[in-house]
Amino acid sequence: MGRLLVIAEHDNRRLSGVTAKCVQCASTVPDAEIHVVVVGSGAAAVADEAARLTGVAGVTLVDAPAFANPLAAALAPAVAELAAGASHVFGPSTTFGRDLMPRIAALLDVGQVSDIMAVEAERRFRRPVYAGNAIVTVTVDDAGPVVGTVRIASYTAAPLADAAAPVTTATVAAATPGHTRFIALSAPGGDRPDLQSAARVVSGGRALGSAENFRMIQEIADALGAAVGASRAAVDAGYAPNELQVGQTGKIIAPELYIAIGISGAIQHLTGIKDARTIVAINKDADAPIFEVADYGLVGDLFTILPELKTLLAKA
Amino acid sequence: MNRILVGVKRVIDYNVRVRLKPDATGVVTDGVKMSLNPFDEIALEEALRLREKGLASEVVAVSIGPADVQTQLRTALAMGADRAIHVQADEALEPLDVARVLLAVAQRETPDLVLLGKQAIDADNGQTGQMLAALWQRPQATFASKIEVEGTVARVVREVDAGLETIEVDLPAVVTTDLRLNEPRYVKLPDIMKAKKKPLATQTLAELGVAPKRRQTVSQYVAPPTRQKGVIVKDAAALVDALRNKGLI
Repeated sequence: MGRLLVIAEHDNRRLSGVTAKCVQCASTVPDAEIHVVVVGSGAAAVADEAARLTGVAGVTLVDAPAFANPLAAALAPAVAELAAGASHVFGPSTTFGRDLMPRIAALLDVGQVSDIMAVEAERRFRRPVYAGNAIVTVTVDDAGPVVGTVRIASYTAAPLADAAAPVTTATVAAATPGHTRFIALSAPGGDRPDLQSAARVVSGGRALGSAENFRMIQEIADALGAAVGASRAAVDAGYAPNELQVGQTGKIIAPELYIAIGISGAIQHLTGIKDARTIVAINKDADAPIFEVADYGLVGDLFTILPELKTLLAKA
Repeated sequence: MNRILVGVKRVIDYNVRVRLKPDATGVVTDGVKMSLNPFDEIALEEALRLREKGLASEVVAVSIGPADVQTQLRTALAMGADRAIHVQADEALEPLDVARVLLAVAQRETPDLVLLGKQAIDADNGQTGQMLAALWQRPQATFASKIEVEGTVARVVREVDAGLETIEVDLPAVVTTDLRLNEPRYVKLPDIMKAKKKPLATQTLAELGVAPKRRQTVSQYVAPPTRQKGVIVKDAAALVDALRNKGLI
C-alpha cells in the first residue's frame, strides 16, 4: 500500500474547501493510504479540520513561523522532505497548488500530472489539454512519487467522518530560503460565496459595458445567494477584479447553476464552466456560442432583462 | 540588470480550432497556423519594456524544438529581442526536461531574470518555470501581473485565487507571466527585415549536457464530452419559472 500525501491549502485558520476535493480524488487511487500534510504557522486548527475528512488515515502538521505565508520556495523543500517514500503527492490545481507542486516535483526529480480529472489506475490518469478541447490519458513511467494537481471542478468534497484521524507534528531539516519574501495579499473577498465552491454563480461579460453596470450582476447574484464571476473580457476592461475571472486561465468551476450574462462564450470561457450542472445564458446575439452549451437561453437586451429578473427573483 | 532570458514556445495559434487525429494519437498540426505561445509573448514584451526603461541591457529569446521553432524565434527578434538561441530537439520534451535545458542555458548566459509564460496553451501543464526555479535554487514568482525591478530585487504582483499577492524576490529569479501583465506590441514590417540579420545561435541537447528522459506516456487524445444544446425561453418570467420548476432557485 502506498502513502499518498495531499498538500493542504489553508490560511492558517481554516482549511480550504479544495482540500476535501483533493482527498476525494485521492480516495479513488487504488491501495492508497491518504495523509494530509499541513504546512503553516499556528495551523493546528487546520490540521484538526483535515483529520475529520473521510478517507484520511493521518494528518502531518509542520508548524513554524517560516511557513506563515504560502511561498513555494519555502514550502517545496519541506514537502519534498516529507515525500520521501511516498507513492503520490497531490495538491489542488489552484494558484496555490499550481505554484507549489511543480517545484516539489522538480526537487523530487519527477514529472507532474497537471489537472487530474480522473484516476484510471495507480499511475494512470486523465487530464484536459488544449483548453479542454481534448482529454488525454497520462501514464507515469517514473519510479518516484507521482506528483499531481487535482482539477477541483471534477470532484465533490470528501464528506466529514465520524471519527478524526490522528494528527502528528513533524519538523523538517530543510532551510527556509531568504530570497523570497511575502509582502502583502490584497483579497477583497467580502460576504459573497467563494467563486470556486459556490453552488450558484452569476457571471457578467463585456456587454455590461462598465464597472457601474457590472453591479447589476452583483445584485442578481445577491438575490440568488450566488458568487459573482466574470469573463476575461470583462476583467480586461476593468469591470471586475481579476480573481473573478472564469475560464482556461482563470477559475475552472462546477456550480449547480451557472448564469452567464452578456458573455458570448469564447472557448476559453466555456472551458471554465462545462462541468456546471445547469448553464443559463442571457445574450442579445442569438448566434453567440454560449447558447450551444446553455440548458436555458434567453435572447435579448440585458439592460431590459436584468431589472425584470431582479424583480422576479425578489418575489420568492 | 544585465541580461533577461525569455523562453518562448511554438504552439498552435490561439485562434485555431484544435482538431483531433482520428487515431487519437494527438491533434492535427499539418497546415495549421503556429504562433508564439501568448503567455510567452507577454513575457517577451515585459523583457523588452524593462530593457527600454534602461533596467536591462540585453534580451535573449530561447526556444526548444525542431528547426520550425526558428520561425517563432525570428518573430521574437522582430519584436525586439537582441539575439536568439535555438536548442535543437526533434521530440517534444516534458516540462522537467525543458526546465533542465533552460537551466543549462541559464548557467551559460547568467541572466538576472528568466521570464516565461505561466503555461503553454497546448499541453496546459504550467510547470516549467517553477521546475526551473527549483533546479536553479532560485526564487520564483508565478502568475505575474506587475513586475518592478530595483537593483537586485524584483517586486512582483501575482494573480492568485484570493486576489493579488505581492512578493519580493532576490535576483536572479524566475518570473512567469499572467494575461494582464501587458499587451504585446505588434511586429512591424521593417522589424521583420531587421530581425533577419540578428544573431540566432543553434545548440544541441548534447552540447548543453541534457539527455531527455521520457517519464510519462501521453495517449488517447479524445474529445471531451459535449453538452446538449438546451431550450430558448421567451422572457425573464419563463426563465425564472423553468429554474424554479427544476428546483435550481
